[in-house]
Amino acid sequence: MKLFRHLVASVFTVALSLLLLGASGDRARFNDLGHRMMCVCGCNQILLECNHVGCTYSDRMREQLAAATQKESNDENILQTFIKEYGTTVLAAPTMRGFDKVAWIMPFAVFLSGALLAIVLIRNWKARQAAHAGPRGAAETLDRYREQARRETSL
Amino acid sequence: MPLFGSFALLLALVLSAYCLFFGAIALRQQAIGIQSDRLAETARRAGIAVWVAVAGAAFALVWAALNNDFSVAYILHHTNRDLPTPYKFAALWSGQEGSLLFWALLLSTYGLVLRLRHKVDVKLTAYASTILAAVQLFFLLLLNFAARPFSLVSGTIPPDGNGLNPLLQYPEMVIHPPMLYLGYVGFAVPFAFALGALIMKYPGEKWIHITRRWTMVTWCFLTCGIFLGAHWAYSVLGWGGYWGWDPVENASFFPWLTGTAFLHSVMMQEKRGMLKTWNVWLIFSTFMLSILGTLLTRSGIINSVHAFAQSPIGEWFGWFLLLVFVVCLFFYIRNRDHLRSEHRLESLLSRESSFLFQNLVLLAACFAVLWGTLFPLISERVQGHKITVGPPFFNRVTIPIAMFLLLLTGVGPLLAWRSTSWASLKRNFTIPVMAAVFTAILLVAFGVRPWEDAAHFYSLMAISLGALVTATILSEFLRGGRVICLHTGQNLLASMVTLTRRNTRRYGGYIVHFGVVVIVIGLAGAAFNQQKEQELGFHEQMQIGPYTLVCDNYTQEDNPNYGIEYAILNVYKNGNPIGQMFPAKKFFKASQQPDTIVANHSTPIEDLYVIYAGKNVDTDKPIIKVFINPLVMWIWVGVWVLIFGTVVAMIPSITAAAVPSLQRVRPVTVALPVNSEPVEAGD
Repeated sequence: MKLFRHLVASVFTVALSLLLLGASGDRARFNDLGHRMMCVCGCNQILLECNHVGCTYSDRMREQLAAATQKESNDENILQTFIKEYGTTVLAAPTMRGFDKVAWIMPFAVFLSGALLAIVLIRNWKARQAAHAGPRGAAETLDRYREQARRETSL
Repeated sequence: MPLFGSFALLLALVLSAYCLFFGAIALRQQAIGIQSDRLAETARRAGIAVWVAVAGAAFALVWAALNNDFSVAYILHHTNRDLPTPYKFAALWSGQEGSLLFWALLLSTYGLVLRLRHKVDVKLTAYASTILAAVQLFFLLLLNFAARPFSLVSGTIPPDGNGLNPLLQYPEMVIHPPMLYLGYVGFAVPFAFALGALIMKYPGEKWIHITRRWTMVTWCFLTCGIFLGAHWAYSVLGWGGYWGWDPVENASFFPWLTGTAFLHSVMMQEKRGMLKTWNVWLIFSTFMLSILGTLLTRSGIINSVHAFAQSPIGEWFGWFLLLVFVVCLFFYIRNRDHLRSEHRLESLLSRESSFLFQNLVLLAACFAVLWGTLFPLISERVQGHKITVGPPFFNRVTIPIAMFLLLLTGVGPLLAWRSTSWASLKRNFTIPVMAAVFTAILLVAFGVRPWEDAAHFYSLMAISLGALVTATILSEFLRGGRVICLHTGQNLLASMVTLTRRNTRRYGGYIVHFGVVVIVIGLAGAAFNQQKEQELGFHEQMQIGPYTLVCDNYTQEDNPNYGIEYAILNVYKNGNPIGQMFPAKKFFKASQQPDTIVANHSTPIEDLYVIYAGKNVDTDKPIIKVFINPLVMWIWVGVWVLIFGTVVAMIPSITAAAVPSLQRVRPVTVALPVNSEPVEAGD
C-alpha cells in the first residue's frame, strides 16, 4: 500500500514539476520571439499569425525582427527595442517583472488557496465526524458492503 | 413597419412592467395569506403577451430588411439590396440594436415556455416568472430608450445600404449567434428559479429537478454556440486557428465554465443535500457572468476584434449587473438558513470531494480567463499604461488547470460516495493508469518529445490523460453492462444500451466526458502544426510535410455582391493526387471589405488548410499560405459526441418496471452497521 502511495506521489510530483517548467525548447528564436509579440495594426493577432493582406505593420515588424535576431543575441534586448518603438502593448503577454507578475501569480494563487481551504475544511469535518463515529472497524465494514452493493447492483 | 415595431416594443415594455409589478404584488399578498390568484393569473398572461409583442417587433425588423427599407438606420447600416435573403434575415442579430432585440425575443420565448408550463409548480413558477419579467423589463428599457432598432435615418434616404460585415456572410454565422444567445439568455431561467426558490424558502430540491433540463439545454446551446464560433473562425478568418482568446470569445467561456460546474455540483445537492449555498451562488454567478460578458462586449471598455461599437449601453449593463448582485446578496443574507447543508464531506477520497475539486478547478479556470481579460484595464489603472494579455498568457495559465480537470474527470467516476478506501482506489485505477502510461510510451515512440518542447509535453499529458478518462468510462460501461448481461442474458452491447437507458443522466454524462476527451485530443494536435507561405505562379509548386501543391491556374469572377479571386491548386500527398483545392479571397462591394475563403482538406489525421493570402503586386503571382493542422477534425467530432451525450442525459431514464427482463435481477440484501446511512450505488 505504501509503495502504491509513493508511486502516485512521485508521478504527481514529476508531472507537476514538468508542468510548471514550461520549457521553451530549441525552436528558432525568430519563431519564438514572433509568437511573443502582437501585430499592432489592431487585429489582435500574434505577430507571426497576422494574415491581413496589405497589413501596414506585420510585414515591417517581421523584417525588423528577422534583422534583430541576426544582429542581437539577447532576446530581452530585442523585445525592449520593440517596446520602445511600438509601446508596451506589443508584448503578447505580461512580463515577469513588477506589477505584471501579479497577472501570472493570481490565477494559481486563487486556485491553490481554494484547494487548500477545501482540504482543511474536509479534514475538519472528518475529524468532527470521527469524534461522533461508531465502533472501530465500522468504516472498513461499510467499505466492504459498499463495494459489494456496487458490484452487484451497478445497473 | 418601423412604426409598428416601435409600438410593439413599447407595448412589450408596458406588459413586462405589469408582469413584474403585479406579479410581485400577487406573490406578496399570497405570502401574507390574501387570496390573489386572479391577479397572479393576469401577470402570467401579461408575461405571455410580452412574447407576442416582442415577436411582432422582431418580425417588423426582419420585414424591413427583406424589403430594403433603408429609412431604418439599422437596416441601412447592416444590409444592402444585393445581400442574399438568409443574410438579410441574419441582419437581425448582426448589429448592436438588432442583437439586443433578438436577445429580448429569446428571453420572452423562454418566458413563454416557462409560463405555459406553470402547472409543474404554480407557486415556484410564479416567482420565476416575476424574476424573469424583471430581466425582460431591463432589456425592453434598453430597446426603447438606449439602443432603438427602429431609429429612422435623418435627411435623404440612401438608395442602397452599407451591407453586412463580410465576415458574417457565411452559413455558420446564421446559426452561431442564435446558439450563443440561446445559451446566454437561457441561464436566466435556472437563475430565476434559484432566486425564486431562495426568496420563498422552497423546501427540498424540486427547483433543481425542474431546472435541470433547462440548464442542460442552455448549456448545450452555449456549447454549440462556442464551437460553431470556433469552426467559423477556423473556416473564415484564415489564420489557421479556431480560438484566439479574444475578450468576446472569453466572455462566452465564463458562463460555460460556471454552468458546467453547476451541472456537476447540483448532483451533490440532489444526492446528499450538500452544497446548497454553493449551487445557488454558482447559478447566480453564471447569469451575472452572462451579463458581464455582454457588458464587456458592448461597452467598448475592452479591445476586441468582435466588439460592437463603443456605446453608452455598457453603463446600463453595469448598473443592471450591480442591481442583480445586490438583490441576490440581499435574499441570500435574509434566507441563508434555508440553505444549510444536510451532510458534510467525510473524506478527501470520495465522489463528493472529486465534485468539489472539479468545481474548484472550473472556477479557477473561469477566474484565470476573467483575470486575463480584465488585466489590461487593471494594469492601466495601476501602472498607467495598457498591456496586452494574449494567447501566450491564456495558454500557459489555463492548460495546466485543464490538465488537472481532465485528471479529475477520469478519477471522479471511480470514487464512491462518502468515502473510498485505498484498496478500492488501487483496484479501480490499475487499468486506467496503465492505459495512460501505455499511451504516453506509444506517443514517445512515435516522436513526441516532451522534454524538448512544452507544447509536446502538454500534448503528451492531454492525450495520456484522455486515455485514462476513456479507460475509466469504458470500465464503467463494461462493469454495469456485465451485471445486466449476467442477469438478463442479453449480449454485452445490448446490456450497455439498457444500462444507459436505466440511468441516462449518469451514462449520458459519461458520453459527454468522452466527447470532451475527443475534443482535448483534437486540441493537443495544435502542438504539431506546420505552416509555410510562398508565391505560386502557373505550374509552380510548394512542399509542406508530405503534401505537394501545384498551381494549376488563378483567376477571378464578379457578381453584384462581391468580386472573387482564387487559385486552383492540384494537391498530392506522397506523390499521389488527392484532388484540387480552391482557396479564394472575396471583396465585398457594399462594405468595401475583403474576406478569406479557406480551402481545407480535412482528414482524421490532419487538415491541409490553404489560404489565398492575396497577390504580390510586383510579380502578379498569388501568395499561398498553407498549414498542416493535425487532429482538428477530432474537435468537431468531439462536439457531436458531446451533444449526443447531452441529449442522452436529457432523456428520462426507464424504470426497472418498464424492463421486464430486469425483474429477474437477484435482490441484494446488505446488512449495514448501526447508525450508518444507506449505501448508494452509482451516480
